[in-house]
Amino acid sequence: MEYMILIHETTRNETPTAAPGTPEFEQYMGAWMTYNQQLIDSGNFIGGGRLQSSLTATTLRRSGGSDSVTDGPFAETKEQLGGYYLVTADDLDEALRLAAAMPIDNVSLEIRPLEFRPEAILTPDVR
Amino acid sequence: MSVHEAVIRLAREESGHVLALLAHRFGDLDLADEAVQDALLSASQWSTIPDNPPAWLYTVARNNAVDRIRRADAERRRIHSAAPELLAEAGSQQGGYEETPMIVEHSDVGDEQLRLLLLCCHPALERDTQVALTLRLVGGLTTAEIAAAFFVPEATLAQRIVRAKRKIRDAAIPLSIPARLDDRVDALLTVLYLVFNEGYLSRGDTPGIRVDLVEEAIRLTRRAAEVLPDSAEVDGLLALELFTHARTAARLVEGELVLLDDQERGAWDGELIGEANAILFAALRRMHPGPFQLQAIIAAHHANALTAAATDWNAIVAAYRQLAAIAPSPVVTLNHSVAVSMAEGPRAGLRMLDTVAGLDDYYLYWAARGEMLARAGETSAAVVALRGARLRVQNAVEQRHLDRRIEALSGMTGGCAFRQ
Repeated sequence: MEYMILIHETTRNETPTAAPGTPEFEQYMGAWMTYNQQLIDSGNFIGGGRLQSSLTATTLRRSGGSDSVTDGPFAETKEQLGGYYLVTADDLDEALRLAAAMPIDNVSLEIRPLEFRPEAILTPDVR
Repeated sequence: MSVHEAVIRLAREESGHVLALLAHRFGDLDLADEAVQDALLSASQWSTIPDNPPAWLYTVARNNAVDRIRRADAERRRIHSAAPELLAEAGSQQGGYEETPMIVEHSDVGDEQLRLLLLCCHPALERDTQVALTLRLVGGLTTAEIAAAFFVPEATLAQRIVRAKRKIRDAAIPLSIPARLDDRVDALLTVLYLVFNEGYLSRGDTPGIRVDLVEEAIRLTRRAAEVLPDSAEVDGLLALELFTHARTAARLVEGELVLLDDQERGAWDGELIGEANAILFAALRRMHPGPFQLQAIIAAHHANALTAAATDWNAIVAAYRQLAAIAPSPVVTLNHSVAVSMAEGPRAGLRMLDTVAGLDDYYLYWAARGEMLARAGETSAAVVALRGARLRVQNAVEQRHLDRRIEALSGMTGGCAFRQ
């Protein structure tokens, strides 16, 4: 099974908490590097990434064939999509374990199975 | 026993075992459920009851499952030859249906039963869905019976179950025993307690028509206790349910609610109380206290008091204090304050009740306040509080009880002013 873990941040800081080079920053990044490496080593990792702030988002809406482009994310809510992981896991419990190990607080992690991914069929042995 | 009774008994007592075994063996909950339902349908056509109905059910359901897989395979082969492009990835997980020896002994299916119970109570499913699935798949109740028991339309409940089964399949919620078993057991106990409470609180509403959820909850809790021999809390819950159930005959007399203080204690079921005492005692010796054991201790103090006056309210207050420490909630504080009002007087109870927040819409909050005010001699305030309770209660038995209390107290104030 493949699962998308969508990281909805409840209190995303639009300004970084620690500057690169400071011990706080190193500690913060170190936890993520460790997490990523564990996902890769265990063979669960397919892809993932951190998004820039929702302030940089642009939404294209199409309705009845006509497009309109607006500033901002799809939905103005308290929680904003901050990043994602795409993982392979035996079942939902394994995917939940992977999500729970993420070094992040004040967050909602939505875990959803993929129905279809083109390159998964083109290259069946991703894992 | 008629065929009809035998089939109901088979469904309630054995279908959960068989379903658990088949779901584990074929790795497909939906397939197992369909196979068991088909088998139960065939059972209703029995001309005579077989010697060993559980073995019959297992064999027929297993054969049904194998038939279904064969038919699906044949279907796939037909599609494959006609339109291979439709089969890009479908149905990759088949097989594993070789003959194995029959296992119908309860002791052999413990793990499968536990897996099924934990699956039904998986946190990825909504609580209402957990309840419905547990009753349906483990308890062997029909969708119609569960819908009637919870006063929801049958179509709504059926859809809830279909959606849950779809999510279990599509999101791959596993039939497994998790590493962190404790959290999952807590969810299971919450579901069983919800079923029990629903049955207990709505009892007497429409007698005779609905499935007895109290008995279903006890049956399922006994089963959970069998498959979780190391959990003191399961036993705590079972004891709590038995203590409470033991008072049933005295609690409802001719369809009317009788409060604990006024109950005819000779009508309590001494055998059930004895069993509950033994279960609770054994659980407490494990030295793993928890909220259900503490609630069972409280229930035990009531159940073992020969008269209402002999109730050890100080011990009950102490148990509530511990309960509030490990599982604080407004409802616990509410009950704690009632115990305090009995141990130390209504004023002390009211002082604690004033600290309860967020229960303004809970009828028992108003009922407790009303009774304490009445005991403190503030009759008109008591009537106002009881009216608040009456406004918020759904259950007809409780409504009539409150009406009687309000009338009795209004009489004391000469209170035509309070009549409407």
